[in-house]
Amino acid sequence: MSKEPVAVVGIGQTKHVAARRDVSIAGLVREAAQRALRDAELTWADIDAVVIGKAPDFFEGVMMPELYLADALGAVGKPMLRVHTAGSVGGSTALVAANLVAARVHGTVLTLAFEKQSESNAMWGLSLPVPFQQPLLAGAGGFFAPHVRAYMRRTGAPDTVGSLVAYKDRRNALKNPYAHLHEHDITLEKVQASPMLWDPIRYSETCPSSDGACAMVLTDRAGAARSPRPPAWMHGGAMRSEPTLFAGKDCVSPQAGKDCAADVYRQAGVADPRRDIDAVEMYVPFSWYEPMWLENLGFADEGEGWKLTEAGVTELEGDLPVNMSGGVLSTNPIGASGMIRFAEAALQVRGQAGEHQVDGARRVLGHAYGGGSQFFSMWLVGAAPPAS
Amino acid sequence: MRPLRDIAVVAFGQTDHRRTSDELSEVEMLLPVLHEVLDRTGLQTGDIGFTCSGSSDYLAGRAFSFTMALDGVGAWPPISESHVEMDGAWALYEAWTKLLTGDADTALVYAYGKSSPGSVRDVLTRQLDPYYMAPLWPDSVALAALQARALIDAGETDELALASVAARSRASATANSHAQLRGPVPQGDYLVRPLRTGDCPPIGDGAAAVILAAGDRARELCERPAWIRGIDHRIEAHSLGVRDLTDSPSTRLAAERAGAFERPVDTAELHAPFTSQEVVLRKALRLDDSVRVNPSGGALAANPVMAAGLIRIGEAAARVHRGESDRALAHATSGPCLQQNLVAVLEGDAR
Repeated sequence: MSKEPVAVVGIGQTKHVAARRDVSIAGLVREAAQRALRDAELTWADIDAVVIGKAPDFFEGVMMPELYLADALGAVGKPMLRVHTAGSVGGSTALVAANLVAARVHGTVLTLAFEKQSESNAMWGLSLPVPFQQPLLAGAGGFFAPHVRAYMRRTGAPDTVGSLVAYKDRRNALKNPYAHLHEHDITLEKVQASPMLWDPIRYSETCPSSDGACAMVLTDRAGAARSPRPPAWMHGGAMRSEPTLFAGKDCVSPQAGKDCAADVYRQAGVADPRRDIDAVEMYVPFSWYEPMWLENLGFADEGEGWKLTEAGVTELEGDLPVNMSGGVLSTNPIGASGMIRFAEAALQVRGQAGEHQVDGARRVLGHAYGGGSQFFSMWLVGAAPPAS
Repeated sequence: MRPLRDIAVVAFGQTDHRRTSDELSEVEMLLPVLHEVLDRTGLQTGDIGFTCSGSSDYLAGRAFSFTMALDGVGAWPPISESHVEMDGAWALYEAWTKLLTGDADTALVYAYGKSSPGSVRDVLTRQLDPYYMAPLWPDSVALAALQARALIDAGETDELALASVAARSRASATANSHAQLRGPVPQGDYLVRPLRTGDCPPIGDGAAAVILAAGDRARELCERPAWIRGIDHRIEAHSLGVRDLTDSPSTRLAAERAGAFERPVDTAELHAPFTSQEVVLRKALRLDDSVRVNPSGGALAANPVMAAGLIRIGEAAARVHRGESDRALAHATSGPCLQQNLVAVLEGDAR
């Protein structure tokens, strides 16, 4: 059986900031959704279903917030699904929405992901004690720092690579009006002089906590034909999961990430990602994850990822731009961060990324991960409709 | 809407639902059920094309609670997997769409919930509008009582009729070894007027799992697959003030989209945790006395939050598997006073 091709015809996001005290959670998500609808030149009545995602409910202190958000998202009388796959959720949510179109269950679907971290305390939300389990009270940085250290030891990467990524992403963010951190006076020296938080991760190499939402309108072939602006076409999408902790796990380059990328490339007919993919929005909450994911996603051989970063290949003007938007390092409303990656990939192939547009971006990868590097979701979007 | 691909429930398993399960973690509670459905089909984790689960962090009392359950599934080598922070019935819906795309031929769906560690009545208040309603802490029984009062005032039911719903459900549950409340259960005192303890569900812990398969794969795995002829879900406004609590338009619309009204059903498994909600659902679904409603005892006999909706689909499917039903309706609900509703229609091949 053949799937219905899926197109992105509307994208909207909020200006991400530390605290949106001027809006409720409902106000925040509605803002992103309305922007996506406006981009698609559609109204609430054109939407057949809503798929919403966010990270743990404890982050805002609202259990199953989709119930309360049904009205704000025009979902009354419609199907509404709530996805939660940890940090990868923004990507997974888009893929669940895409499946509704691909399966021809619905013609046009609104998908949205958000986090309003200022409503609560994310560190507290992640640190509730669990009976019979080792407490991980060090936060995400404490969990991931040893894996970065393992990567450095394994590859012999010099300890300057992390700061290069942070410096690049924060400069890219200056070109993105929606990015949270706009550090106009950023210099490489400032990044390198920032305090060490979880050795080897410095303060300026970590993501901020943001309030923000991202929305997309996904539609079928007929919907794409009516689109006022160029659609982004989905060429491949996949999710993969593996256990949190077990003896065989490679925390530096998880098998689930490799398998997920391979599945997407197979669907999209990508033989050599380095050659066939023009740019990447990847989930890099700590700077060192750029070289790590370059290897995991097949853009570099094992041990070689840091060399691409060091050579400037991943710069906005480089041969393989990575995180043109400024990435998670500049904007991190956790539940939305994955969808922002997916949406930024789509913006690029639609030629609508503004100042951070990559010239001639035809095929772009959006990537998200979550949990203890155990949940992965990715999609590859293109300017042209998929071949089959 | 007629689905493009024939997809069926081919196996269903559930725990014995109990008031407390202090000695078990969620994973330990879930694991035997996962093995039960895998054993029944002869499949192994690695054979499953897609896995999807439903659960709630707020019941577990911590963030990312579903990640530990995934470890129990044995996701190695890595699997294609997703999770909804909803009742498992919606996880089944996500898995159904995945199978429809042709990306997978089999799916494992599971759900679990332990209500015993906390006060589930209080916990559920946290799913209300966080600015206007949740700060008042109106609990789930109080909200259901509002709905029951509206029904009685509208002349749709009375306390005696509600008591008979409770008695019938728990009498049916005597045939269900997994149920928590079985046989003659006293209607009890008022919990929140007009609801008595007998009108309310038991508080308990439990898990359930289902395997879905498409086309010929379903026939290989199950003697009489329960074909999903249609499945749809709809949500209503959140605020109780803008809803007619005596009706359930979302259930009616979901049923219509699932094809429930095209031909009569012989069985209906309704996710009605309160007796009064069965009254609302029967009307919305146009069920008359010819339909066997909740032969399992329904949520009044066992209501493991987050699994109870999936169990309705599983119970309906199991009756098709056993040849006790040819066309069954299954319903799941979420949110206060039946805010969100899912309807599935399951059929067995002609005998």
